[in-house]
Amino acid sequence: MRDVRSDFPILAREVHGHRLVYLDSGATTQKPRQVIEAIGEYYGRLNANVHRGAYDLAVRATEAYEAVRSEVAAFVGAPDASGVIFVRGTTEAINLVASSLGRVRVQKGDTIVVTAMEHHSNLVPWQLLAEAREARLVMVELTRDWQLDLEDFRRALERAPKIVTFTHVSNVLGTINPVAELTRLAHDAGAVVLVDGAQAVPHLPVNVAALDADFYVFSGHKMLAPMGIGALIGKPALLDAMPPYHGGGEMIRAVHDTSATYAPLPHKFEAGTPNVEGAVGLGAAIRYLRELGMDDVAAHERALARYALERLAAIDDLTLYGPAGERAGVVSFTLADIHPHDLATIVDSEGVAIRAGHHCAQPLMRRLDVAATARATFYVYNTRDDVDALVAALEKARTLFGFAHA
Amino acid sequence: MPDGDAPGLAELYQELILDHYRRPRNQGSLEAYTRRVALTNPTCGDELELDLLLDGETIADVRFSGRGCSISQASASMMTQLIKGKKLPEARALAARFSEMLHGSAEAARDKSLGEARALAGVAKFPVRVKCALLGWNALEESTRPQP
Repeated sequence: MRDVRSDFPILAREVHGHRLVYLDSGATTQKPRQVIEAIGEYYGRLNANVHRGAYDLAVRATEAYEAVRSEVAAFVGAPDASGVIFVRGTTEAINLVASSLGRVRVQKGDTIVVTAMEHHSNLVPWQLLAEAREARLVMVELTRDWQLDLEDFRRALERAPKIVTFTHVSNVLGTINPVAELTRLAHDAGAVVLVDGAQAVPHLPVNVAALDADFYVFSGHKMLAPMGIGALIGKPALLDAMPPYHGGGEMIRAVHDTSATYAPLPHKFEAGTPNVEGAVGLGAAIRYLRELGMDDVAAHERALARYALERLAAIDDLTLYGPAGERAGVVSFTLADIHPHDLATIVDSEGVAIRAGHHCAQPLMRRLDVAATARATFYVYNTRDDVDALVAALEKARTLFGFAHA
Repeated sequence: MPDGDAPGLAELYQELILDHYRRPRNQGSLEAYTRRVALTNPTCGDELELDLLLDGETIADVRFSGRGCSISQASASMMTQLIKGKKLPEARALAARFSEMLHGSAEAARDKSLGEARALAGVAKFPVRVKCALLGWNALEESTRPQP
């Protein structure tokens, strides 16, 4: 993969007198000039409300917005762009499905299956649904190697769940789940499947049709695009059978005094003025990633993760969390008795930005038997130098906390 | 100690603070307590439970338990040392004074009545860590609020 650092203006800035070493792309990525310029270009040349104006500008804005829908479909291998719903992000997409599908599919006593490695955004919406419908939520456990426990998964399927949901890639462990296999098993048990792709679409080639997931969701801001835009990829037959999520303009066919009929897909699920700026930025991000090639992006991150794991493992008193085998560019760790928040403060003083805390995955933290971990995540602009800077900053933390140098 | 260009890192992690983090004073819980308050910091997951045994208006005994970063744990430890034996209004005044210090008051940072807790004055330079230092003191404030 080519060196992309010069495309990212923010990487030229300094933090506490050091170059910025940004290792928190799992939370949100930095943006390349190409995305920033696309947003400026949209407001400088194209801005109008979409789907309603009869004038030229509104037509062009609508075309730009709808073109991105097709680009999203092509990028993730969705067979039908009418099944691409623009949302604010992964969280909204999951809430949409939990609320709308849940209303027609989940009854009292039914089972919903989640896993112990979910981000809160793919757990709490299902808790809310289970509570509202008096359904049962079953959590699939993990193996000692921090993979999904397939035996426990099969056991959960014996309850004939109505909905099964799991993440594609864990935001804490870096575990990559066998999505196609899990989906096939869940389908055989009669379940509808939602896959949280927030940590996958930015980092791996994803083909939703090949995975056969009924719903696949992700956020733009974790893949070089702006905040506030993401996509729900759904099978049109399922989306058609679901009631609307939000009511308002844009999602209607005709409105009467006491009732309304709804627009066809995808607009049935896009009430109100959409985030056109975000969609345009997402389109630019997708073109940028396609140009790099997702196979190369994935290989770059895997190589960095391997290098980071090797260097971190050599630090005294450092504990790594995650599977021993292949993993995505996510590395969670703790260092001696230094709390992760203290670690994050200390490495920040060297310009190194890492995350510390429960990573919105408290059930997983309890299974790891820690309150928090430190986490470094890698993306297209990270280099081995960044890993070296992290390691040097962690050695500084050891010194500050009174540990001798190895 | 290397300090790079980040102001105050050495002050933040000075020996006294690390000592309270690693050997917290008054740690545990009280079998008999008058007030018990548990607080969490939802953004970072830090947890703290504070037990007070009151003899009239006087804090006869105090213990805390919890888990969290060095700043939250050391601050709670220092606080328990300071408030043991104090009367409630006095303890509450110290909590207010401590909060002033963390919000940058140089005058509060010179106030000897804060005892060892003055070592935490440097936290004021790290705005995202102020909430860590206040966790125990917020529990004190809540558990000693005058009851209706």
